[in-house]
Amino acid sequence: MASRRLVLAHFWLAFAAFAGSIVLGAWQMFARSPLHSGPADVDLYYRSVTAHGTALAYVFPTLIAMGFGYAVCVSALDRPLRGERFAWVGFVLVLVGALMSLLAVAAGNSSVLYTFYPPLTGSPFYYIGIVLAVVGSWFWVGLMVYNMRQWKQDHPGEKVPLAMFGTVANALLWIWTSVGAALELLFLILPVAFGWKSTIDAGLSRTFFSWTLHAIVYFWLLPSYIAFYTLLPSAAGGCLYSDRMARVVFVLFLVLAMPIGIHHLFADPHIGAGFKFLHTVFTAAVVIPTLLTVFTLTASLEIAGRLRGGRGLLGWVKALPWDRPMMLAAGFSLVMLGLGGAGGMINMSYTLDSTVHNTQWITGHFHLIFAGTVVIMYFAIAYELWPHLTGHPLRSAKLACLQLWLWFVGMLLVTLPWHVVGLMGQPRRMAYYDYSNQALAAEGPLVSVSAIGGFILLLSAVLLIVILLRSQRGEKAEAGPLTYARALDDRSPVPRTLNGLGVWFGLMVALTLVNYGYPIAQSFFLQHNTVPAQTVRISP
Amino acid sequence: MAETVNVAQQPPQSGAGGRAERLWARSMTACIVVFLGVIVFTSAHWGLHPPSRVETIDSTSLHKGGEFSEANLGTSIAPDGSAVVRVVAQQYAFVPSCVLVPAGVPVTMRLASADAVHGFLIQGTNVNAMVVPGYVTTAHTTFAESGDRLMPCHEFCGVGHHAMWAHVRIVDAKQFPFGDAKAKAVSCG
Repeated sequence: MASRRLVLAHFWLAFAAFAGSIVLGAWQMFARSPLHSGPADVDLYYRSVTAHGTALAYVFPTLIAMGFGYAVCVSALDRPLRGERFAWVGFVLVLVGALMSLLAVAAGNSSVLYTFYPPLTGSPFYYIGIVLAVVGSWFWVGLMVYNMRQWKQDHPGEKVPLAMFGTVANALLWIWTSVGAALELLFLILPVAFGWKSTIDAGLSRTFFSWTLHAIVYFWLLPSYIAFYTLLPSAAGGCLYSDRMARVVFVLFLVLAMPIGIHHLFADPHIGAGFKFLHTVFTAAVVIPTLLTVFTLTASLEIAGRLRGGRGLLGWVKALPWDRPMMLAAGFSLVMLGLGGAGGMINMSYTLDSTVHNTQWITGHFHLIFAGTVVIMYFAIAYELWPHLTGHPLRSAKLACLQLWLWFVGMLLVTLPWHVVGLMGQPRRMAYYDYSNQALAAEGPLVSVSAIGGFILLLSAVLLIVILLRSQRGEKAEAGPLTYARALDDRSPVPRTLNGLGVWFGLMVALTLVNYGYPIAQSFFLQHNTVPAQTVRISP
Repeated sequence: MAETVNVAQQPPQSGAGGRAERLWARSMTACIVVFLGVIVFTSAHWGLHPPSRVETIDSTSLHKGGEFSEANLGTSIAPDGSAVVRVVAQQYAFVPSCVLVPAGVPVTMRLASADAVHGFLIQGTNVNAMVVPGYVTTAHTTFAESGDRLMPCHEFCGVGHHAMWAHVRIVDAKQFPFGDAKAKAVSCG
């Protein structure tokens, strides 16, 4: 495979950020559980939460999307990456930005959590680091769009390979998604962090952040969906049921993932009921591409299972090659998607949200979806790519399956009790809970179970690193080119609108203006909505 | 993976496959529409709405007088007999930290922040909202049973966030000091 060093650099930096963050995450779960004697160091706790969120939201998935994108670009288009120099510039920006942010957090004057929470204000270095990392990822966006366009010029009338089509859809989703937080950082937070201004509009900041906060989840998710559609069917020994439906799903995500973020602000006083309901409707609509995916994947896997000799209504499930990491990871991923998706339907409901808003239910929900459904597929993608990147066989598939099992079990142990204590009313983001209080005592044992789950996840993360390191040594064995699943409808043409993304990008931008225009504009006409900012400092 | 090639070389089965796909897409869309219908119905039928008044207030002068001055914090009885609870959220406490309300009486909660973004929920109820500085948050509820409930801050508001817990003491309507609360705000601490 071309650009091996580039892809490996992205994956290794991603997994380094990941492994460090998991150590912090496991400690946080322990520190606020009854297993820890007495309150933990509160200041350290919030530094840890800020670092965990920052590394896992802005650094880790971004690098995986970038690295996987470059791998798809060279292997699906079957030609070298054009503009690789710029890809390295992007990588260095992400590296420098991540280090700058995390050092600012470690220094203790930026404990604002990755969601920023103005009027609290941290060190300017913290925010500049994030801006640099995001700008680095924009280089990737440009390269993906450029490489697809060049390929189309050289192959008139041909279908863009599905994996590349999905990757470019995700790149376009990301660049528009990141604009919300970029506006918040550049125009609202940084002037205050530098001391040029002393007041900030906290409500408007939250509105801008919600623009990024929901769609970023789909940016994290889409690499996993690309693997579902293009790597899983062949790993299972079959083919993709419908290439056309896969394209429909990617464009639906591109259009609908973005203008729905106000469902994070249902409980906020600064958004009117009409826009809250509107965002409920659009969030409901984005469930549809996921349900379409469930159908196409099930059909593709059934084809594979029956080709492998599976019989009867469900015999094909048993016939699938569960000893292959990609297959096993996808199975776990879909189970967690089912559980997490059902929970998500509650969170996005205009009426039901108040039963769970800002409780541990939410923490449980997004860990189940992101750290579960999405990240377990990142592992599978790494295992799939590694032999092609390193020239060594994976050592070993068995160990990889053990790692996936540990991650799955650990994730359920962490997140299911969180959902339950959330329903009991346990608030999020607290360094300490007094379980000796009778009203909280019943939550204690559940929190202990989830802390144990955290250590299982830590074990799984260590095993991941061991497997990847081991698979870069020892005997060489060329894995040949990375290939993608063929589709049943490979030879039927697709309409032009499903072979390019320009129209859909335009629709996404237009829909954003409709769904966010007024909630943003109203801030400029209200009074008193700008409030004094407050610097966070290390507690004495 | 020879079997893969065999399958892909067959002509696409656009008939049966396409039909099943379309049927699935239509039925799933119908499910989503029904789901939205339930939200609309319950919201309209029970008057369930998130706090959305977009009402602003100067967060720097709450203590200087007006609705959130010290004497007004706590529970007052409005002329229509309902209770209005006014609370200031600040780092790292709610004022008052013990809210006294009568059971079975409609309660309107009005909160404002004096500094950072806070949030609050009352355990075992659907009262759950953000308190963003610059805005007044309004929530409506009726507490059915008497008893003590916890009211934590649920949004990160600084290093002391974990210490920000208030109580809601719901008392039998007969024991609630309606007379006092008509004249001035009452609370339990």
